[in-house]
Amino acid sequence: MQQINTLLRRLPVWLVYVAGVLPAGVLFYQALNGDLGVDPVKALEHRYGELALQLLVLTLAVTPLRRLAGLNLMRFRRAIGLLCFFYVVCHLMVWLVLDVQLLDQIIADIVKRPYITIGMVGFVLMVPLAVTSNNMSVRRLGPKWRQLHRLTYPTALLGALHYVMLAKGFQLEPLIYLALIGGLLVMRLPPLQKLRVV
Amino acid sequence: MAHRWKNDLTKEDVTPYAAFLNRRQIMAGLGGAAGLGLAGLTAGQAQAAGDEALEPNSWEDVTSYCNFYEFGTGKTDPAAYAGQMTTTPWSVEIDGMVDRPGSYSMEQILDAMTLEERIYRFRCVEAWSMVVPWQGFELADLLDVAGVQDGAKYVAFETLYRPSEMPGTAYKVLDWPYREGLRLDEARHPLTIMATGIFGKPLPNQNGAPLRLVVPWKYGFKSIKSIVRITLTDKEPPTSWNMANPREYGFYSNVNPNVSHPRWSQASERRIGGGLFARRQPTLMFNGYEKEVASLYEGMDLARNF
Repeated sequence: MQQINTLLRRLPVWLVYVAGVLPAGVLFYQALNGDLGVDPVKALEHRYGELALQLLVLTLAVTPLRRLAGLNLMRFRRAIGLLCFFYVVCHLMVWLVLDVQLLDQIIADIVKRPYITIGMVGFVLMVPLAVTSNNMSVRRLGPKWRQLHRLTYPTALLGALHYVMLAKGFQLEPLIYLALIGGLLVMRLPPLQKLRVV
Repeated sequence: MAHRWKNDLTKEDVTPYAAFLNRRQIMAGLGGAAGLGLAGLTAGQAQAAGDEALEPNSWEDVTSYCNFYEFGTGKTDPAAYAGQMTTTPWSVEIDGMVDRPGSYSMEQILDAMTLEERIYRFRCVEAWSMVVPWQGFELADLLDVAGVQDGAKYVAFETLYRPSEMPGTAYKVLDWPYREGLRLDEARHPLTIMATGIFGKPLPNQNGAPLRLVVPWKYGFKSIKSIVRITLTDKEPPTSWNMANPREYGFYSNVNPNVSHPRWSQASERRIGGGLFARRQPTLMFNGYEKEVASLYEGMDLARNF
């Protein structure tokens, strides 16, 4: 584990940003060229949303991974969080511009459809997190910054619920995300926080 | 703009199956370009469907983008996994309130029926749509073969349930086997067909081989695939999606832009095949077949009987 951590220390953070943004462009290009199947709008919407969920799981895993496995990803946590927000924005933009298209229907959906309401609330909660993800905000907000960034927890839960609620019939994949995110949140409960393996 | 199927057409207006096949062969002979094939179909369908013709989707659209949960919930799962489903031999059990109940083999059924071409709009409850050139026969003709008894009011259908060939059934996404149903007058309506082919070729497994229902004015899930049982009954039969979520899926499930699905609007639809920047289209009442089928529901509150 020490060796992995040493290697990770040499990895420049900007490379994580570049590598993280890249799939968005590749997916868009594939959608444009018909490589994502005959319904590129839904495919793109779902792929962006899925990537956002995966990055959400990863940000939540950073602390437990360090505590339980000794793997140190702290240097990349901000990058992972911001990339997650980036994919949420991509997902939202595809839904707004390419999928629903009509403004009155967009508003009706946000107000009337619980899974969309929940998704939108999750997005809105992420905005202050993204805006304060810089050194200056950390300095200025001091201890409040940590409190503010606990918003990650409800956001993650809303993201998982958003996916579970849109599934037709009983489907496994959304429940796996919900279980992962739920599990990672439970590990933050005070009694479990002292748990240490390494 | 909304015009489409004209009910005053007779069977003489429909391209005979053999001629349809010939035309497909000619098109293939011309180089098999997809564009040419489509142009040919459009021309043929212009005589069949009236002045404003429906442009069918491509073979790829229709065969690669399917819901057939017995093979997985992903849109491409059926195309990937349905190949392993054995469709020969195939027989359909016709039972319940019929004069001649029994097991009808696919060969028996095809011998008794005359195939014709129908180009229908297909509207999924998920708010996407396609246009599909089907081949098949009217369900009413098959019902007559079995002889419907007086007092029968509904027709129930069942899809094949064979876990060894259906990986999707490992999960209880729905209560298998998949079940659907129609009121007898809906089932006997001339627009209601049993399809055996698309684009002049036998139905691919992912599209419901070898025999499926097509009810063009209802959401796609009513058009049950790979049918093994047809039961005539006097009671409204249980149907899969209604059993799974009665608040979201009614027995009738007629396409209706004014009645939303609880989780999304049904007012408009995305036509598959338009690419990344295709505009949404308004959804038509009864999927554009209002003139033909509205009378079936006279006096019914369609918001309650959704």
